[in-house]
Amino acid sequence: MRENETDEQQGISRRGALECMIWAGTGVLWTLSGGVPKSLSLLGDAQAAEATGFTFLQISDSHIGFNKPANPNALGTLQEAIDKVGKLPLKPAFMIHTGDITHLSKAEEFDNAEKVIGSAGLDVHYVPGEHDYIDEGRGKAYLDRHGKDTKGAGWYSFDDHGVHFIGLVNVVDLKAGGLGRLGADQLAWLADDLKGKPTSTPIVVFAHIPLWTVYADWGWGTDDGMQAIQLLKDFGSVTVLNGHIHQIVQKVEGNMVFHTARATGFPQPAPGKAPSPGPMTVPADQLRSFLGISSVEVRTGDRQLAITDSTLA
Amino acid sequence: MQSKLILSRRLRSTLIAGALILASWGGAASAADAVVKIDNFTFAPQTLTVPVGTTVTFENDDDIPHLVAEKDGKFKSKALDTGDKFAQQFTTAGTVEYYCAIHPMMTGKIVVTP
Repeated sequence: MRENETDEQQGISRRGALECMIWAGTGVLWTLSGGVPKSLSLLGDAQAAEATGFTFLQISDSHIGFNKPANPNALGTLQEAIDKVGKLPLKPAFMIHTGDITHLSKAEEFDNAEKVIGSAGLDVHYVPGEHDYIDEGRGKAYLDRHGKDTKGAGWYSFDDHGVHFIGLVNVVDLKAGGLGRLGADQLAWLADDLKGKPTSTPIVVFAHIPLWTVYADWGWGTDDGMQAIQLLKDFGSVTVLNGHIHQIVQKVEGNMVFHTARATGFPQPAPGKAPSPGPMTVPADQLRSFLGISSVEVRTGDRQLAITDSTLA
Repeated sequence: MQSKLILSRRLRSTLIAGALILASWGGAASAADAVVKIDNFTFAPQTLTVPVGTTVTFENDDDIPHLVAEKDGKFKSKALDTGDKFAQQFTTAGTVEYYCAIHPMMTGKIVVTP
């Protein structure tokens, strides 16, 4: 029995590694922290990675309730994404949803999303998108479901495996002509939350709208995002995970890695490549190559987290 | 000879009335066509001029929801899906600035004339 268990573990490592190599072809980067040495170490040390690190998922922009030509079945593609989660070789410790869970903040949209996402059997940490805050109760629908133990419009932090996770809300009280907005209360809370933390603590910040300016004309940025980034600049490893733009944009600046995820709901155009950032219709047989999930691996001793993006194709 | 240069009072007032009508055609809407259409993340027309008392109808023709809000919160629609409408009456003269509370880079103006 023990031998079978060992064989099975080794089988998952090899299979998992091969799957990972296939993903490297479809995804963007296998690892952001220097490539080849890290990939090889995964092949050899998959079991070591399980022992000293962990992975979690980022999914985003499910837009349950959306039913226009760009994707007539947003609930269906969310289910496909969750099915994919179930097939991952390394079981994620939990999921992060970076917002726009629903399309119109309707009760049945929240309910349907939770049912499908819940079928993965993982803990999920949510932050709202602007589409989740448009009920007549001005956010009550989101907070009733996902606001437990959060502050203000739904921000919070938690620790897992030695990593400090911070969920921020930048989609509420948006000002005319502006971008996303954190607000003074939230920034004060963030400063307080980080106070006294050793700078060696790995930090993962997640929020819906990109905290840095990806494309201001389309609202792809946060007016006071730099103030949050300033509070984080002394930490040795900071990963910022965002959604909202329905495509992958990444950058590395010093100790900070910024990553936006694909949506599971519908594609959007690249910056400036269309008159507006609305839903982008692609041929039906290409839709799934524009939608996807992201797996983030934290390996003890590696400053940068390894982010793997995979599509639903 | 003087009478040829001086306009009769009736003719003068007719001309003045005509000029006023032409001037009001320039940028103003009558109550019947006080509509702002929303499409492609844009309010059209971006500036609409209406006489005081007009009800303006905002109509979402875009394939994404929008939410019409006065910049300081004086009025706010509910979330407008494709095909939804929001009507707001403007009872005070002046300029009203509004935006989409979901996509705040979308802005527009209603100029309310007395």
